[in-house]
Amino acid sequence: MPASVGWVWLVVLLPLLGFLANGAISFIKPDAKGAVSAIGVGVLAAAFGVSVAVVSGLAGAAHDAPFIVTLWEWMPVGAFHIDLAFQVDQLSAVMLLVITGVGTLIHIFSTGYMSEDPSYPRYFAYLNLFIFFMLILVLGSSFPVMFIGWEGVGLCSYLLIGFWFSEKANADAGKKAFIMNRIGDFGFLIAMFMIFGATGSLSFVEVFEAAPATLALGGTTVTLITLALFLGCTGKSAQIPLYTWLPDAMAGPTPVSALIHAATMVTAGVYLVARSNILFALAPISSTVVAGIGGLTALFAATIAMKQWDIKKVLAYSTVSQLGFMFVGVGVGAYAAGVFHLVTHAFFKALLFLGAGSVIHALHHAYHHTGSHEDAQDMRNMGGLKKFMPWTAGVMWIATLAIAGIPGFSGFFSKDEILAQAFARGHDVPFFYVVWGMGAVAALMTAFYMTRMMIYTFHGPNRTGEKEGSHLHEVSWVMTGPLVILAIGSLFGGFLNLPAVLPGAGWLHHWLEPITEGSAAFVGEVHLAHNTEWILLGLATVIAVVGILGAYRLLKPQNLVPAKDATPETGMQKVLLNKYYVDEIYDAVVVKPLMWLSRAILWKTVDEKAIDGAAVNGSANITRFAGWFGTRFQTGRVGTYVFFFVVGALVLLRTMVR
Amino acid sequence: MSELLLSIGYERWVIDALIAIPLFTAAVVTLGPDRLAREITLAGTLLEFVVSIGLWWAYDPSTAAMQFQMAREWIPQWGIAYRVGIDGISLFMILLTTFTMPLAVLGSWNYIKDKWRPYYALLLILTAALIGVFVALDLFLFYVFWEVMLIPMYFIIGVWGGPNKLYAAIKFFIYTFVGSLLMLVAILTIYSKIGAATGIYSFSYGHILANIGHVSHLAGWLFFAFALAFAIKVPVFPFHTWLPDAHVQAPTAGSVILAGILLKMGAYGFLRFALPLFPSIVLDPTVVSIVVTLGVIGIIYGALVAMVQPDFKKLVAYSSVSHLGFVMLGIWSLTVASVEGAILIMINHGISTGALFFLAGMLYERRHTREIADFGGIARVVPGLAVILTLVSLSSIGLPGTNGFIGEFLVLLGSFDQHPVATIIATSGVIFAAAYLLWALQRMLFNKLDNPANEKMSDLSLREYLVLGPLVACIIWIGVYPAPILRRIESSAEALVLQVRGEIPDIAGPDLPGVEIE
Repeated sequence: MPASVGWVWLVVLLPLLGFLANGAISFIKPDAKGAVSAIGVGVLAAAFGVSVAVVSGLAGAAHDAPFIVTLWEWMPVGAFHIDLAFQVDQLSAVMLLVITGVGTLIHIFSTGYMSEDPSYPRYFAYLNLFIFFMLILVLGSSFPVMFIGWEGVGLCSYLLIGFWFSEKANADAGKKAFIMNRIGDFGFLIAMFMIFGATGSLSFVEVFEAAPATLALGGTTVTLITLALFLGCTGKSAQIPLYTWLPDAMAGPTPVSALIHAATMVTAGVYLVARSNILFALAPISSTVVAGIGGLTALFAATIAMKQWDIKKVLAYSTVSQLGFMFVGVGVGAYAAGVFHLVTHAFFKALLFLGAGSVIHALHHAYHHTGSHEDAQDMRNMGGLKKFMPWTAGVMWIATLAIAGIPGFSGFFSKDEILAQAFARGHDVPFFYVVWGMGAVAALMTAFYMTRMMIYTFHGPNRTGEKEGSHLHEVSWVMTGPLVILAIGSLFGGFLNLPAVLPGAGWLHHWLEPITEGSAAFVGEVHLAHNTEWILLGLATVIAVVGILGAYRLLKPQNLVPAKDATPETGMQKVLLNKYYVDEIYDAVVVKPLMWLSRAILWKTVDEKAIDGAAVNGSANITRFAGWFGTRFQTGRVGTYVFFFVVGALVLLRTMVR
Repeated sequence: MSELLLSIGYERWVIDALIAIPLFTAAVVTLGPDRLAREITLAGTLLEFVVSIGLWWAYDPSTAAMQFQMAREWIPQWGIAYRVGIDGISLFMILLTTFTMPLAVLGSWNYIKDKWRPYYALLLILTAALIGVFVALDLFLFYVFWEVMLIPMYFIIGVWGGPNKLYAAIKFFIYTFVGSLLMLVAILTIYSKIGAATGIYSFSYGHILANIGHVSHLAGWLFFAFALAFAIKVPVFPFHTWLPDAHVQAPTAGSVILAGILLKMGAYGFLRFALPLFPSIVLDPTVVSIVVTLGVIGIIYGALVAMVQPDFKKLVAYSSVSHLGFVMLGIWSLTVASVEGAILIMINHGISTGALFFLAGMLYERRHTREIADFGGIARVVPGLAVILTLVSLSSIGLPGTNGFIGEFLVLLGSFDQHPVATIIATSGVIFAAAYLLWALQRMLFNKLDNPANEKMSDLSLREYLVLGPLVACIIWIGVYPAPILRRIESSAEALVLQVRGEIPDIAGPDLPGVEIE
């Protein structure tokens, strides 16, 4: 093992130390913001530095097998034995760089964005803790160790969504996120039990090595295992049916949305499928489900994003939709393509969220100056902001072109790769043509709603308010700096994995081959004819251009009025704005009946009336009654005693005479 | 460390000391001045803890045999003796008891306002009885400790409890007593039948275990009598309704001991007596499916009922029903992992639920209410309490990295092969656990600070940090590095599983070595 790889534990330890230090500061000296920033950003930057060393050590190593760095024995129980250990390989290396790299930028941005928050140390403590768990998630060398990170990031997400917990809506959103994630985690747990039952181990190396021999291709066991794992993914990565927590998660500070709810945590499900690719490759039915759910989610979330007014909600549904694309990738068996989109998405979506954060920050400031209580996230209160915030507008346009899929930008290559792979594999699995179709339509909508967001935010007349206008200005360099770096990533990230028809193609694909080669035997390598590939590339370009131009021609930002003057939506518009009422449906079908069952039936009826009332206190009452009945004979009156004596004597006599 | 302990003859006197120290301290408290009762009790329980901690090193994890064994004559003509010993199952029950007691004393410091001498003396007698239950290797001795434990608890609830204390105390007493009387009948039956068959009348656990075959024709009835006593104590659904009343009415330390230790006596009883003595019944598929079903019902039912409780203490009480359901599932799945997991949950539940009851008590001392709705937004006012309450709740819902996860995970992992459907249903309990605790947390700690009475609450005092600190440390420690604990449990758990499954003859050996009392 290269020496630098052995240092991987330091990557994990650094953010933990940051959490402990900042957590302590939040109690001892909450106004020490300088120290908090230095620690919070410092540990991340250091972790990024160590990560680079670890990954270069890995890249320089001769053999491809994963490196296992064992810390200590965790759960030794008879035949079952799990160490607390990290696995450094090509897949975790990609994730390591994304998490610490994008994470560092978002930490820097946060020092500006959160600078006036009274709970500044607590914020950075949580953020460091999140990075700690996220690193465990991607570095864990077994399902249970990964699960520590998996639930840990959920905890941090819960804490950060509800960061401003004095608002009930925020606390509600945090709790909802945690519980919906737990529904997914239930699947993850069941999958672990089944995997252990089938292979006798839970460590990645052993399970994936044993899988092809012990699990029959397409067998029930492996299908159930992968479906249960995917249930976990739908929770963590906000796919149908468990996606509804993610839009609500926007209640947290915007850099949190960028870090956790766009770039890193929500992609954990994609990572899990890519990590377990051999299992999914052995289960064609599950893979089809993954691709189908992914395509459906991509399309469904895109329709909702078309009609949102809250800039963060647009981006939230966009994230749900883009995660759908990634699942299409890993679902059709193009694991590297899914990971590729994960990486480019981390750049442009983090950029979009941070840019939106800058805008919100600016509007918030302006409203704060005039004492107004307008919504700083509603796009109807924006417009024409490019005049005030040229840097933000510029970099966000780069990200928009990237996500829309304009050739040359990163999102073009990664999204096209996924759709091309889906199309190519449609030859074997015709359903993938349908998935490809859903993806193509979703891509068109993506270009449209992103352009809509940009036009409404940065172009046309300004609708912030007469007095507020003069207070709008670009945010400070600690916030624009990270944006510029992310913009560079959004521009050039595509070169990581160029299409096969271009020179220098498929670098990331080759890098990940040690991870995916085990499954290659089952899903196969698919090569499109060059003609078809060029046609698909052309089609993708047309889709992006049509979406952007369509939005540009159809939308009339000059007709918009500020949110407080707007007339309520009607018809289909209203249904979309209310996200198809899925929250309300879940509430009516699941939450309310469950509460009723628990309170009225189980507690008040079964527990209090039946068990405690009838059985327990009932038996006490019978005893009491027996006692009372007995005392009736002890009246102290001679007449009564004589009466019973005579009756008794007669009964006795009767029995003896007979 | 173990050489040092050996040099002072630790293994010969440790059990005696663990029973004698609290009793002696109780005598001092009773005779001493009222104003020093708390300090004396704290000193006594701390000494007890220090003495017990040597077990960690002195205990040999490589064997399943009883260790630190000791036997003395008591009533020789009836074959009753003071026979005691410790194995991997009882080891941590003892450490949990000695660990909890000083905290319980500290937690009662200001909560108990009157009649210190009797209160602390009862607490100490309770300690001795609990240790006795976990070390007894003589069925008569076990029964005596089992019943002795009831009396101090009855008074602690009945005298120092809440508004409805008498109802709760009497219910607790009668409910438990009904079960244990049946157990007494069973013990006497076993004693006389085996005595008649072998000619040796003895209550010795080893003797009875070796000759239990002589009562095999009665095994069903005998098992039922034991199981009922233990099931009430656990408590297994539907024998649980004494628990919410007792927990809510008891003073803080009473609730902590009830939940932390007393409930474990039921599960311990299954592990020590009901399973090894009646393997034929325990392996009967019908019996197994009934008990496993009741356990799983307990998990889901306890969680759902906990979810809708307006009283925080009652919520925690019902959550115990849920946690102990996992214990039952683990014990009855009879795999090494599931049994070890069950024992670990017993430890974890003592730590986490103990901490939750302490926190409920601390909130009550500040606001004189336990209604969840009376709080709200207090994280701003009492951040220290909020952080610890959150952490403890996370342990209770089994978040990986905390102790709660390890136990539940091992139980479920070990049970899945045996009872897949039951395990899947049980696993869904993790969702409900998150629901009831996070919802309660939100309504207490988060949301708007809208009740003016909450604005002046004071954060935790040093004494309260001293109570909660050790519990929090255990939560993290067991979550991150449970291996040393698991290794100490493993041999005994494995031996139990093999013995019940008939793969090795018995666990305790024929009888206590070097002890001739028949």
